Amino acid sequence: MALMNVNPTRMELTRLKKRLRTATRGHKLLKDKRDEMMRQFVLLIRENARLREEVEKALSAALGEFSMTSAVMEPAMLEEAVLYPARTVDLTIGSANIMSVDVPRISVDEETLSETRLSYGFAQTSAQLDGAIQRLSDILPDMIKLAEIEKTCNLLADEIEKTRRRVNALEYVMIPDLQETIRYITMKLDENERGALTRLMKVKSMIAERNGQNAG
Amino acid sequence: MPQIAAIGSKETVLAFGALGLTVVPVYTAEEASRAVFDLASQGYAVLFITEEWAQRIEETISRYKTQALPAIIPIPAASGATGAGMKQVRANVEKAIGADILFKEEG
Repeated sequence: MALMNVNPTRMELTRLKKRLRTATRGHKLLKDKRDEMMRQFVLLIRENARLREEVEKALSAALGEFSMTSAVMEPAMLEEAVLYPARTVDLTIGSANIMSVDVPRISVDEETLSETRLSYGFAQTSAQLDGAIQRLSDILPDMIKLAEIEKTCNLLADEIEKTRRRVNALEYVMIPDLQETIRYITMKLDENERGALTRLMKVKSMIAERNGQNAG
Repeated sequence: MPQIAAIGSKETVLAFGALGLTVVPVYTAEEASRAVFDLASQGYAVLFITEEWAQRIEETISRYKTQALPAIIPIPAASGATGAGMKQVRANVEKAIGADILFKEEG
């Protein structure tokens, strides 16, 4: 570990000791933060994986059905049928705070979901289209839930990585450096003290010798 | 006020129009990333983008990764899931935990 470039003085020693205390405390706090975020993340990511699998399966089936529909229907007709929606999806966007990470909370208004209005008449469309659209609208709440969870996981993963770096930097660089420098300064100060002491003793004995010669 | 949009090839995203989502059919990668950018600045909260397009404009998407909104979510196209969406989940696990603990049993 690298020694810090400081003057070995008593003032510096006090300053470093204070910094070490702060670093140790910060390290402990960050470690706790990381552990708790990790716990939350593991819970969420499991849900995320499960939900994604479900949505992916259902969605490819529904979209497959839709593409079957587009095979039997006139493209222009199909576009006309679906591009002028008779319903809208209203979202409520909130935000939550998981260990000081701001994550979105997205929820759909139940009312808009239960609406089953179709944007077309039955005369010119194939029956398959109704089925495909119905299936899609069944999946939509899950998709939005997936969006929320996946975003949360994304943000959490990012923050966990950052926190882990900080924890490691403190644990393996900052704190050992500080400890070593403190040790170095203590040693140096002790050595100086011993040096001063021996010098004093030497001077004292020299004076005593001289006094003895003068007297004699 | 519409807050969800679907981006991707026309055949795939057209279906979402009937549900009231904003549909943005794209044909080139530039169009796709411009669509993402525009929709994000218009305040859309959720952007669904088909996996193939998501892979092609990864750079644009990664810019929004650290923001709370919009959530850009890859969805499978009609031809089935390519696994790109799942890979992202996996990447998240590895990033956060350092090892893939979630999918270990599958290999």
